[in-house]
Amino acid sequence: MLNIEKKSHGNNLDIALEGRLDTTTAPELETIVRTGLDGAELLTFDFAKLEYISSAGLRILLAAQKIMNKQGKMVVKNVSEEVKEIFEVTGFSDILTIE
Amino acid sequence: MADNTIQELTIEAVTENLEQVMEFVDVRLEDAGCPPKVQMQIDVALEEIYVNIANYAYNPETGPATVRVDVSDEPVTVTITFVDHGIPYDPLAKADPDVTLPAEERDIGGLGIFMTKKLMDDVVYEYKDGSNILRLIKKF
Repeated sequence: MLNIEKKSHGNNLDIALEGRLDTTTAPELETIVRTGLDGAELLTFDFAKLEYISSAGLRILLAAQKIMNKQGKMVVKNVSEEVKEIFEVTGFSDILTIE
Repeated sequence: MADNTIQELTIEAVTENLEQVMEFVDVRLEDAGCPPKVQMQIDVALEEIYVNIANYAYNPETGPATVRVDVSDEPVTVTITFVDHGIPYDPLAKADPDVTLPAEERDIGGLGIFMTKKLMDDVVYEYKDGSNILRLIKKF
């Protein structure tokens, strides 16, 4: 189960995730990342309610980061200890801007 | 404390059954008093191995996968065994990705197996009697 809440104001886009970002749920987020970032200069992911992330989720975050590197900035906030460990093990903590 | 118990689930190895596999394992981890952090680590490894089997073992057909959970005491050790009868494939043979590269040069290939090796205490593969057997071992 994954709930995705998307809010845009001006050139800022906020995406809050709730639940599990895994092989089953990642395609939904991938669609947003592939088609919904046009014109966004600041993309903020709120992971306060994200309980789980697997490599399928990391793949989407990497794709989003690559897109935002070209057109602006991407920030990930409210990351739980569990998710943070996954970022650290994979070196994603060096790629992502975690606040 | 949990006594020494082994339980197993055999299902069609397709990604649509991932949730069912996760739930089967998670219930047993909770019974064993597994801390949330360790449960997440095991889930990540479990998803990686299961999805690999679902995507590649019987491709383009499908076939069965068996997932066995074995919990033993002192220290509590969880062993999750995956068995499939698909093509011989050792996921551990893959080279580790470079996790120090910047985003532009990163490729996601191999990251899941790399995480699995990092997050588990031991990962063991063998091919025996026409079966791929992979064990994830985690103490807590």
